[in-house]
Amino acid sequence: MSRLELPVSLLPLELREVGFRHADQNLLDGVTLRLGRVGKTVIMGPNGAGKSLLMRLCHGLLRPTSGSIVWHGAGRLGVQAVQHRQAMVFQRPVLLRRSGRANVEYVLALRGMGRRERRRLAGEALERFGLAAIGDRPARVLSGGEQQRLALARAWALRPEILFLDEPTSALDPAATKAVEDAVQAFHEDGTRIVMSSHNLGQARRLADDVVFLCRGRLLEHTPAEHFFTGPASAEAAAFLRGDLVW
Amino acid sequence: MIRRIRRLVLGLLLLGLPGGVSAADRHITLASTTSTEQSGLFAHIIPVFRNSTGIDVRVVAVGTGQAFAIARRGDADALLVHDRDGEDEFVARGYGQERQDVMYNDFILIGPSQDPAAVAGADNIVDALQRIAGARVPFVSRGDDSGTYRAERRIWELAGISPSGSWYRALGSGMGPTLNTAAGMDAYVLADRGTWLSFGNRQNLTVLFEGDETLFNPYGSVLINPERHPHLKHDLAEIWHRWLISDEGQAAIASFTLRGEPVFFPSGR
Amino acid sequence: MESGENAFLTAFQLIVGMDPVLTGIVLLSLQVSLSAVLIAALIGLPLGAAIALWRFPGRGLLITLLNAFMGLPPVVAGLLVYLLLSRAGPLGQFGLLFTPTAMVIAQCLLVLPIVAALTRQVVEDLWNEYAEQLQSLGASRLRSIPTLLWDGRISLVTAVLAGFGRASAEVGAVLIVGGNIDGVTRVMTTAIALETSRGDLPLALGLGLVLMLLVALVNGAAFLMGEAARRRAG
Repeated sequence: MSRLELPVSLLPLELREVGFRHADQNLLDGVTLRLGRVGKTVIMGPNGAGKSLLMRLCHGLLRPTSGSIVWHGAGRLGVQAVQHRQAMVFQRPVLLRRSGRANVEYVLALRGMGRRERRRLAGEALERFGLAAIGDRPARVLSGGEQQRLALARAWALRPEILFLDEPTSALDPAATKAVEDAVQAFHEDGTRIVMSSHNLGQARRLADDVVFLCRGRLLEHTPAEHFFTGPASAEAAAFLRGDLVW
Repeated sequence: MIRRIRRLVLGLLLLGLPGGVSAADRHITLASTTSTEQSGLFAHIIPVFRNSTGIDVRVVAVGTGQAFAIARRGDADALLVHDRDGEDEFVARGYGQERQDVMYNDFILIGPSQDPAAVAGADNIVDALQRIAGARVPFVSRGDDSGTYRAERRIWELAGISPSGSWYRALGSGMGPTLNTAAGMDAYVLADRGTWLSFGNRQNLTVLFEGDETLFNPYGSVLINPERHPHLKHDLAEIWHRWLISDEGQAAIASFTLRGEPVFFPSGR
Repeated sequence: MESGENAFLTAFQLIVGMDPVLTGIVLLSLQVSLSAVLIAALIGLPLGAAIALWRFPGRGLLITLLNAFMGLPPVVAGLLVYLLLSRAGPLGQFGLLFTPTAMVIAQCLLVLPIVAALTRQVVEDLWNEYAEQLQSLGASRLRSIPTLLWDGRISLVTAVLAGFGRASAEVGAVLIVGGNIDGVTRVMTTAIALETSRGDLPLALGLGLVLMLLVALVNGAAFLMGEAARRRAG
């Protein structure tokens, strides 16, 4: 399953001077960032720093108002592959009003997969995330943690090369958070590039290989996790790590 | 989802779009007046016609004015109405080929049994309406483009009165609804005898004046001009037109009774 | 009050007696109204969803018109269809006037704005919630339409039922384009109008009760289906 075996990769992803203006406000300004083929990047920063916005821009849900976003493999793989090789898990997942299994099969149908193939892969995905027993229940009646795991299973079924996660555990209790973090780890082990936003320091310490620190729409640091947590370069990051109020 | 849509479409087909009729069955569409339909005359004579010719007659019963409009537009194969002037004009303008007397009944003056305007003792229908106008007692009128309304207007003209004021209510309704209104208001009303005889909600209403020859109400069948509307079923319509004035047709009309009374009197040659 | 009691008795006798004429009228009523609603739903559901999902010039005007047409008087709808299907009209050569098909078309015209306008509202609300997720999963707008319609199905059943209510209750349109021909185009509402004008008020009211019972049965069936769907899909 490892993405490393694939002959061509979408990655690296490169952001050059990316900005986003809305209603006369610079919500994101001059962000330059390069994300390589492997690893788990955690985007950190106070509320309103632009973490979600940055991921939406990377994922293609929004277009930057300045600068450019470049997938290095896009030229050879084509526009459709850029879309098909990435997935995103939102803070509050939107699940369709049908069973969990049907939710997974739905995205496989979107990729044009046949009925039997969909059934097989959906079963596999549910199994992988410990949802096989409850897969036939209506997705909307599952608990918050189960819903988030189902959203992960749905993303996993697509075998994305890169997965964006926007504060996936912020609404969950510790047990459910643990389950989601394990799932993220499972993705990583299967070779998926992880990009996740979080304002939970403990979670970042547990998961991050490298950290992107945003504050007021600007990228202040992009460093390996151990450097970030032991010796942040910016005063804002240092204050953030101390637990001071930063905005 | 696609399976669901397929199932839906299948359901639609099974439900069967109620469609036009098969080419095999022979029928004509007859535009006629509510008075004839509601009296039950057609339910009485059409089965006789069907048995003898194998042709069914589908009656669209509307006001006389609308019946003319339907026939002018080519939406009916045959026409049976009661407005002599209108029928002659229809033929004169080239919409109709031939008009034929079929039968007649008469209009009657209905009113509350107390008869506050004392029309029961009137010399003639013109006198009766003058009494109503003089007493300013409630009178309801069809107020539509029907043969009955046209007849009523002619009598008001003869009486030299142009009725207006709160006592005169023009409804814009069919005969039945107008009778319902009159029953509710205890008002006078001019009605055709056929509708009155079949009318079930009389309450305090009764026949107060009848028998004046001004109240004579002839019905005519009009053969529609095939040159105007070549698509119509002229051959079938002509069979109907001729049958109405045949011995069999005239006997069928004469044998129709309501509450033991004959309603229409054959007048075909 | 007397006619009221008679009406219940008459309605009871009509139902128990299984009068063949009445049965024919009831079946034709159902056939016409259900066909009209089915066609209106097949057009109105995707149309309403498309208006919800796309932004285009004149969209506001279209929505306003659609909402206004929810109040289209049946007589006007009937008149429009009459002029269209009349021999002298543009579709005259098909000879559809005074047939059940003409009645289906007229009722469709009445039901379509209701289904489309209510669908637009339901789908637009859903779209606010789903847009990002569906875009992320790679569903195009066109592909999103059936998804949103299916997820809004419980609300949309109500929209379709509102359309059915309008179709089964109206008399003005079917009277003009159907002609209330005995045994051919006579349906419940035109039969009620006829009996009223004949002054047979108990029979008219009795037929009215039968019609209400029928509409209640259809609504009840839809409600049970909706409940079952709700239990299944959460």
